[in-house]
Amino acid sequence: MTLTSMQTLIIICMVTIGTMITRFLPFVVFRGTKSNSYISYLGQVLPYSVIGLLVIYCLKSVSFKAPTYWFPEAIAIICIVALHYWKENTLLSIGVGTVIYMVLVQTIFV
Amino acid sequence: MSRLKEEIKALKAAFPPTIPVFTGYIFLGIAYGILMSSKGYGMGWTVLMSLLAYAGSAQYLAVTFLTSIFNPLLALLMTLMINARHLFYGISMLEKYKDTGKFKPYLIFGLTDETFSITCSAKPPAGVNRNWFYFFITLLDHCYWVLGSAVGGILGFMVSFNTKGLDFVLTALFVVIFVGQWKTQKEHKPAIIGVLCSVICLIAFGPSNFIIPSMLAILLVLTLSRKQYVAKKELMEGRAQ
Repeated sequence: MTLTSMQTLIIICMVTIGTMITRFLPFVVFRGTKSNSYISYLGQVLPYSVIGLLVIYCLKSVSFKAPTYWFPEAIAIICIVALHYWKENTLLSIGVGTVIYMVLVQTIFV
Repeated sequence: MSRLKEEIKALKAAFPPTIPVFTGYIFLGIAYGILMSSKGYGMGWTVLMSLLAYAGSAQYLAVTFLTSIFNPLLALLMTLMINARHLFYGISMLEKYKDTGKFKPYLIFGLTDETFSITCSAKPPAGVNRNWFYFFITLLDHCYWVLGSAVGGILGFMVSFNTKGLDFVLTALFVVIFVGQWKTQKEHKPAIIGVLCSVICLIAFGPSNFIIPSMLAILLVLTLSRKQYVAKKELMEGRAQ
């Protein structure tokens, strides 16, 4: 554990509050009223932008100083994209991609 | 028909549509539990998080908040951003969940991607109480997720293997969602805006400070391109008709 128990509990509360705001907000805001066109526009486009942001967030610490630093990520992501385009099986793509990455960083690019 | 019989009937009807979610949640829950225990967080923490937050990708993301400097505000903001898609689910379910009475708070609480994908399409069979039907779908999915997390938490401590690189499961999850969205969506601009704003902010602000600027940049660019998006969409829908 990096954080103390109290800090961990606060983070859990934050994740819970954040999630519940996004789940309850539409039901609270649109109680009996017509839906707001700006909010529904954001609801349509934001999911796509946010996943793009999250992919970059996950890769934020990848170094480009030497090819061996970013090779494992690049190889694993290419495999995931290809596999997912082909089979479109979420669990298969995640499982195979993660195993490929783990093997690469544990054996070849140590 | 007695009350209990009615409930059992609804449970029986609710189980089959949740089977695909069972597989998914058990697998992802186990991976989550193992990941948490590899960072030193025991089963208790894992189960508490899965029980309360009950949001797969946000929980995976939260592993990074639990393993870096304590920053609750960033945790809240990132969770809001990653779960912003739920706003859309909520808007889509306003009508369906309107008259669900005492079940409503729990149905909204448990409206995950997977539960949404079932409840927005599955219809209760004739003679089955629809409120109990939606309630059991939501409850079963919630149980699968908590169960998977618990099993993962136990496995993580019992089985010792080299977990180096296991964090990549988070990257894999988002890449898979990204590809899935790319395939189903005709309009790629929001996805491209997300990636480009983030990359530019990452270069400009560095890895530890780029998230909030990226969020603001994405909101700004999306807001500015709203008119164009709406016009294009109307044009596409006009063509389709």
